Order: sequence, then C-alpha cells, then structure tokens
Amino acid sequence: MTTTAARRATTVTAPPYQGDSTNGDSTKGDAGTHPGAAVEPHLDPALTGRPDVRPTSRRLGPGQRRRFAGLVGPAALILLWVVASATGLLDPRILSEPWTVVATAGELIADGRLQENLAISAQRAGLGLFFGIVVGAVLAVLSGLSRVGESLIDGPVQIKRAIPGLALIPLLILWFGIDETMKVLTITLGVFVPIYLQTHAGLRGIDLRYVELAQTVGLSRAGFIRRVVLPGALPGFFLGLRFAVTGAWVSLVVVEQINSTSGIGYMMELARTYGQTNIIVLGLAVYGVLGLLSDAAVRLLERKALSWQRTLAG
Amino acid sequence: MATHTGGLKSAGPSNEVSVRNLIRSFGPKGVLNGVDLDIAPGEFVALLGPSGCGKSTLLRALAGLDRDVRGSGVVKVPEQVSVVFQDSRLLPWDSVLGNVTLGLRDHDADARGRRALAEVGLAGREKAWPHELSGGEQQRVALARSLVREPRLLLADEPFGALDALTRLKMHALLKDLVAAHRPAVLLVTHDVDEAITLADRVIVLQDGRVALERTAGTSVDQSSLRGELLAALGVHAAA
Repeated sequence: MTTTAARRATTVTAPPYQGDSTNGDSTKGDAGTHPGAAVEPHLDPALTGRPDVRPTSRRLGPGQRRRFAGLVGPAALILLWVVASATGLLDPRILSEPWTVVATAGELIADGRLQENLAISAQRAGLGLFFGIVVGAVLAVLSGLSRVGESLIDGPVQIKRAIPGLALIPLLILWFGIDETMKVLTITLGVFVPIYLQTHAGLRGIDLRYVELAQTVGLSRAGFIRRVVLPGALPGFFLGLRFAVTGAWVSLVVVEQINSTSGIGYMMELARTYGQTNIIVLGLAVYGVLGLLSDAAVRLLERKALSWQRTLAG
Repeated sequence: MATHTGGLKSAGPSNEVSVRNLIRSFGPKGVLNGVDLDIAPGEFVALLGPSGCGKSTLLRALAGLDRDVRGSGVVKVPEQVSVVFQDSRLLPWDSVLGNVTLGLRDHDADARGRRALAEVGLAGREKAWPHELSGGEQQRVALARSLVREPRLLLADEPFGALDALTRLKMHALLKDLVAAHRPAVLLVTHDVDEAITLADRVIVLQDGRVALERTAGTSVDQSSLRGELLAALGVHAAA
C-alpha cells in the first residue's frame, strides 16, 4: 500500500514533458510541446487579408456541407407538380392540383380531422418504432457477442426477413384482434429487422484490435459492451434506424388501410370510397413530409452522435 | 537514479518477469522455440530481431494475448501489465481523456487521467477526439493510457515504428523521462538498433525463436562496438 502511495506521489511531482527544445516545433500541430498553452487554430495573418492563391487541385470528395441543401430535390418535385398542373399537362382527375390539396388541408385542419388522425398515426408509428428499436438492438448485441445467441437468434430473424409483413397481418389479427396492439406489433415486426441487421453488421465489424485493447486494460464484460461494443456498433445502428423510420411509416399505411377507424391511412381509405382524390393526395403528401422529416431528424441525431467520425459526409 | 542490475542476471524470486522454455507455434511452424527471459524490477530490456523472429509473439505471450496459440512453457509476469502497441490504438469514439482512463474503476480516475496527460505534455487536450491529434500526439496518449495504470511491467511493441524520425527522437526522450519517474520494468520490441541502444539497459537479439545474443547496454558500454555487434547478429555488416 505504501509503495503505491509513493508511486502516486512521484506521478504528481513528475515534471511535465517539455519536449526537445533544440528540435523546436518540428512536428506540425504538435501543441503538446508547450504544456498549458491554449490550443488555437492556425491562422496565418499573411493569408487572411489576401485572395487565396493556392493552386486548385481536383477535389474528389463531395465538398462542403450547405444548409437546407437537402430540400432542393423535394422542392424541385413540387415545382414540377405545380407547373404540370398549371399548364394543364396533368389532368386533375389523375392527380389533384397542388392548390386544391392545400385548400383541402386547410379545411381538414379547420374541422380538426387532420390533426386528430395525424396524432393517432404518429402514436402508432412512434410506439412501433420504439419497441422495434429496443428488440432489434438487444437481439443484435446478444447474437453479436455470443455464439449461442447467434445460433439461436440469427436464423429466425433471417426467416422473418423473408416473410413479407403484409402476409403476417391475417395471423396477427387472429391472435391480437384488430385494436392497437396488432397495429403496433405489425410496425414493430417491420422495424426490428433493419435495426437488427445493421447493428449486428456494425458490431461484427468492430476491429479486433480494440477487443485486444479492452483485454489489456482489464475492461469488464459490461465495460467492454458500454465502451467498445455499443459505440462501435453505432454507425451501423444509425443506418438501420434510417431504414426503420421509413419502414415504420410504410407499415403504418398498411395497417391503417386494412382495418382501422382512425389515422391518416383510414382517412385516405375513406376518401377512396367517395372518390375524393384531393384527400388521397393530401394523405400521400403527409406521409411524404413525415418520412422526410423523420429521416432528417435521424440524420441530425447521427451527425451529433457520430461527431468522432471523419467521413465523406462531413 | 536507475539501479541497473548489471545485465545477465540469473533467475530469482525478485525478478519482475520470468520466462522459461517458452514454445509457441502457429500451425506446424514453431515461432518461439524455447525462450528463457528474466527482467528485473525497473529494468529496461530491448528486444531486437528480424521480421518473423518471434518478437511480437513473445510480447503477446507476456501480455496474455495469445490464448488461441498452441504452446508450452512458464510465463511469470506481475499483475499490473500495460501494453503500448505500434498503432496508438485509441478508441476513435472516445475522447482523449476517456481513452486514457479506459478500464480504470477508481473514483479519481479522471483526475489521474488528467495528470497522466499533463505528464506527456497534452494538458488541455482532454476533450479532443483522437483523429484531431497528430501521430506523435496519439502515441503520447497511448503512453499516458499505459502509465496511468502504474504498471509493474510495460510492454511496448514497436511503439515508435510509425512515427517520423524527429518525432521518434522526442518520444525517446519522453519515454526515458516517464520510465525514470514511474520505474516499471520495460520490454521494448523494436527493429531499430539505435533505439535499443539509446533506451535499454540490456539488449536481446531474437533469432529463429531463440535468444541469439544478449548484451548490456547503457552509458558504461562502448556504444559503437555494441552497435556493430548487434548489427552483425542481425545479419547487417556495417562499415566502421
């Protein structure tokens, strides 16, 4: 015990490494040779006031990220719709005009039907997504870290992957009736597969060298999962999440159009019965916006959580 | 300050590391064919040898990283062993400080991690991501990570092999200071004869899985004749 204390004491009093003064600043950006010095970005005053005269080499990456650049594509699509409708190229009987759809949205919001149906739809998708993420991630970790888990879990998941979600619905109705449980379960079953697949792949792709490192620093099993496995599998998990989020909305349409008395899908199904194309198109637009927004949310989350990565995405 | 053991010391209970008749093989090929090795507390041993001579295999055996390799022999190492790899092997998703304190369970782990980083000259970089550091800085973090554990034995597998020549010289000085302050026994695997002579108290040349040559280094020894002898053992006949 006393030796440990003595060792600690030497640690405290040991002088910080000052670097080899004769070598000066030979390693560029090696700010560590000046302990305690604030680390500041290199701003060469000679360059700041003048036009950049560096020779331009061919750039192979996609370049800098620009704000709202992701909205350009969808906006172009809407513009195309507006132009085609205004010029009469697009028959309103085939596809309602954008302004009709906007007016319909106004009416449905005024009498509260749109919000009401949207809320119940969002609740179903959210619950299904939540359970799907938990189930998919837990199964991926179990099957990724143990051979027993892999032999038990991986096969059945691959079987589930081969069965279309739609084909399961009759059985689920038989087992769970037609209320919310069945709907959320259908979405969960659609969501957990991509989460499982991508998280599992991400986890299995973790460099073996990090496993060795974990052994040499004496990490516990739990510490290994928390510090190495989960962060290492995170890129794969987020890829799975992007599939899962859009998948949740797709499953939602299916369950709401087959048997339901509420939700966006139900609203569209009702409109089909009465031949109200404008409401159908509105429903499609809502699904589209929801899909786009949730994907953007996942990507934002991904950028925040994976800020340690240096990738082409920037 | 260093209490050198004077080189070729026989096995005794006071030795930090004691290896007897170590045999390791991958498939039919023997990599280590009966290696004996003793390292005294605080002694700095450099292990030289051509590629494929079994240097890294020996180091991995001491680090306990060769569970899947067939072999026999006796390996006695202290409980606190730290390893520095050729790549800095920092977790890219963890901060510099998080990497240093990885696996520490005591409540003052963060404070100790900060002190260790200050010791290697990286105070203030605790929150940086590993990819934001230069290669030399990354390897310093790896040194801080291994020394924050106060190891009795430090195993280093060509830790400076990937660095440029100037950074490597700085790292030699840093490692010397750190070893003087913490006094672990050190086994440094390297292919660089000069690095071995500069840093070690004793140099061992491994050839075909056996100890081929063992020499005391340090200031009391004629550096150029030692250098020539080591190079000759490695099959290089340098001009005088």
